[in-house]
Amino acid sequence: MKKLAQIEDVVKLIKDGDQLLVGGFGLSGSPLSLIDEIAASGKKDLTVVSNNLGEKGKGLGKLLVAGNLKKAIGSYFTTNADAVNAWSKGELEIELVPQGTLAEAVRCGGAGIAGFYTKTALGTKLAEGKHHMTFDDGEYILEKAIKGDVALVKALKADTLGNLVYDQSGRNFNPAMATAANLVIAEVDEIVEAGEIKPEEIVTPHMFVDYVVITKYVKQGGKYVEPAEAN
Amino acid sequence: MLSQQKRIDIAKRIAAEFEDGQIINLGVGIPTLIPDYIEGKDVYLHSENGLLGMGPTPEEEFINMDLISASKKPVTLNTGASIFDSSDSFLMIRGGHVDVAVLGALQVDETGEVANWAVPGQNILGVGGAMDLVSGAKKIIIATLHTSKDDTPKLLEELTYPSSGARKVDMVVTEHAAFEFKEGKMFLREILSDISMEALKDITPANYEVAIEKLINT
Repeated sequence: MKKLAQIEDVVKLIKDGDQLLVGGFGLSGSPLSLIDEIAASGKKDLTVVSNNLGEKGKGLGKLLVAGNLKKAIGSYFTTNADAVNAWSKGELEIELVPQGTLAEAVRCGGAGIAGFYTKTALGTKLAEGKHHMTFDDGEYILEKAIKGDVALVKALKADTLGNLVYDQSGRNFNPAMATAANLVIAEVDEIVEAGEIKPEEIVTPHMFVDYVVITKYVKQGGKYVEPAEAN
Repeated sequence: MLSQQKRIDIAKRIAAEFEDGQIINLGVGIPTLIPDYIEGKDVYLHSENGLLGMGPTPEEEFINMDLISASKKPVTLNTGASIFDSSDSFLMIRGGHVDVAVLGALQVDETGEVANWAVPGQNILGVGGAMDLVSGAKKIIIATLHTSKDDTPKLLEELTYPSSGARKVDMVVTEHAAFEFKEGKMFLREILSDISMEALKDITPANYEVAIEKLINT
């Protein structure tokens, strides 16, 4: 399989200062093994675009602990105390974006659309400084598309071409993230032969995926655990 | 009355508002209690992380932490449920395809503008889907206790906390009363506890017209 790669090798393709698009809603649909490898890599000044920064010490939260991050762009950071602390001390920049605006900005980034007008956040602090425009049904604000240098997504399985399917609501931001970066790496639980996933079941077509890596995590009791913790 | 009982009463009153066939999005806080009181109603629960047809909490052995609610709690799927990605989920919200959003609130002003994401002087590091729902759902119902824990009123003449959007909400239900908003005005529609009109006025700085449709406890 051409796109199959080792986690250690693909993480080397990430450069200091890169903007990473990372799928996941909290820890669900989060590429945990790729994140672990980045945390161990000593990479610096990364910007992460993701709904949350995982949880304290878990998922993307590990990048904060390891000092890989310069900035986080997302919708909800309050549930990770480390993110709140790092921001308070000036060690982490945070750009807060409404969740639907984040999803649409990334979708536009992958779709060749530079920006879009939305009513979300109209009349709030998050609209300050943004271009306002009146359409037939009222006022809207301009939001710019978001793109990444690298996207890290988590799927349930890939086929040997790199077509992806996701596990239930672990899909979340992953399909959009997979369209909007120069380099797209998918972490999966298993790889099957091309043809085994029905065409109508494929969510992310292989054209978006550059590399596929197999997760080091094991799903137990409905939760991904590190191999060392698995029974 | 215990705080939890008040919250349940609010949840029950809001559930009574739903009509068969509606698509409902439930926010965090009191709205998460509502699924227990919609039995027999043919409504479909939408969850911002990409679910339509969200069902109750699974038995422990069936928990999958990749099948969760917006509050990141394990859920199940009802017959006919569907799963989609975040951009489609917010297309549904922003595009007016969700019939009712039930949200918590820190404050609501007398025009129906809501504050439900940030407290002045505290770190503002989370907004989630609150602003998308405020801007896009067809009908917005606020579920909130009438006052905060230290008895500070939440229904005010003007917001003192940051607004969640210019769009006005349609209804507020507290343990004491149900209010409706129309054309920037607030109307008292129902008294839901044994509170007197005077006592209600005392804990409600917002100006409202009394336009009672039914009195539950009289």
